[in-house]
Amino acid sequence: MIEIKNVSKWYGSFQVLKNCTTRVDEGQVVVVCGPSGSGKSTLIKCVNALEPFQQGEITVGDISVGAPGTDLPNLRSHIGMVFQNFELFPHMKVIDNINLAQIKVLKASTEVATEKSMALLKRVGLEAQAQKHPGQLSGGQQQRVAIARALAMDPLAMLFDEPTSALDPEMINEVLDVMTELAKEGMTMMVVTHEMGFARRIAHRVIFMDQGEIVEDAKKEDFFGTPRSERAQHFLSKILQH
Amino acid sequence: MFTGFDFEVIWTSLPYLWQGMQFSLGLTLLAMLGGIFIGTLLALMRLSSFKMLSYPAGAYVNLVRSIPLILVIFWFYFLIPIALKKLTGNPYASGIGPFYSALIAFTMFEAAYYCEIIRAGIQSVPRGQVSAAYALGLTYRQATTLVILPQAFRNMIPILLTTSIILFQDTSLVYVVGLTDFMGAAGKIARRDGRLVELYLFAALIYFIICFSGSYLVKRLQARYNVGR
Repeated sequence: MIEIKNVSKWYGSFQVLKNCTTRVDEGQVVVVCGPSGSGKSTLIKCVNALEPFQQGEITVGDISVGAPGTDLPNLRSHIGMVFQNFELFPHMKVIDNINLAQIKVLKASTEVATEKSMALLKRVGLEAQAQKHPGQLSGGQQQRVAIARALAMDPLAMLFDEPTSALDPEMINEVLDVMTELAKEGMTMMVVTHEMGFARRIAHRVIFMDQGEIVEDAKKEDFFGTPRSERAQHFLSKILQH
Repeated sequence: MFTGFDFEVIWTSLPYLWQGMQFSLGLTLLAMLGGIFIGTLLALMRLSSFKMLSYPAGAYVNLVRSIPLILVIFWFYFLIPIALKKLTGNPYASGIGPFYSALIAFTMFEAAYYCEIIRAGIQSVPRGQVSAAYALGLTYRQATTLVILPQAFRNMIPILLTTSIILFQDTSLVYVVGLTDFMGAAGKIARRDGRLVELYLFAALIYFIICFSGSYLVKRLQARYNVGR
């Protein structure tokens, strides 16, 4: 589904991604973890071309992301993305946030879009909030709306960029629950997160990145059992203490 | 102290003054709408990553902002006919008349100021909003018109109105090309009837009332938007 081959990226002379190669197969959940500044968010943003990369190749389905002629809006409309800071549009009601791209990109009618949006809101347990503005919702609720907004496009795969990092602790689970359900339904997911509990329960594979490199790319059992690299062991020992 | 003043003259000349006021308000409104429209385009150009777009827009804004408004009005009035004659080769080509040349001058001048306000407004929208819009598959145009500009304008309304109040005051400069706005009308009657004090006091009062109400509206709007955030 998502194929990342030898991808390198520079900011000026600083190399943020070093020859990264990995893949996410259909229906798989891959968790990307690593210390901050390791390039994991940058890598995931390269997948839907929010960040350009200078070397290597990324393909989603059979579309090459980096190729010059690629219709990026079309590509992105097939890949859902959830951001650390939710990024709901504050000037629109919740329902309009979810309707917007259905109407403007998928050319759905307002009625069809609204029906689908309400169904998705129900799925994330927020149908009562449809007429509110995002600012009136809690962080956890906003992130669930953001997930619904991404799902409204019927994405082939979902990218999550630290979806729980900006949340108060008591709201993390309501978002992880929605993600867990998605994973169980067979959604292809690439998730940047520090939630190792989620990774342990849901992920098929775990990728560990450090300083722009993919240091470890292993099955979940292997990763949490005996991570081979010293850096991954060190990271895990720090993050799993609490 | 006020013996010998005749405020009756204001009453009798109200229709003429009202004509002048309609001109002032009309010119302000048209120049404001045109200025905001062109200013938005200039702002988008300035923020573009294409140097072909951002450099000319930046040069234009910096040039216009370094020139007095009255000079711009003169230019459009006196230079455009000359330019038209040269360009068309027709020695009898006339200008576009004082009203349109003044309107263009005000619009182009204000556009430079609106541009800087709108640019700041666009930059005040978090980068993540742009990413989110793109991630949903929106095009640059859709992301700009549906997500970025609505939020930017919401943040900008108070300062845009403040600039427009100043624009309203500046419209009195049209007297230099022979147009009669509210100020011009008051001046003409003042000189005709020898009632300078009465009419200039009245004009000042009217300008004060309009601009003060405008500023009050701005304050109210600011308070409302600060709560809504």
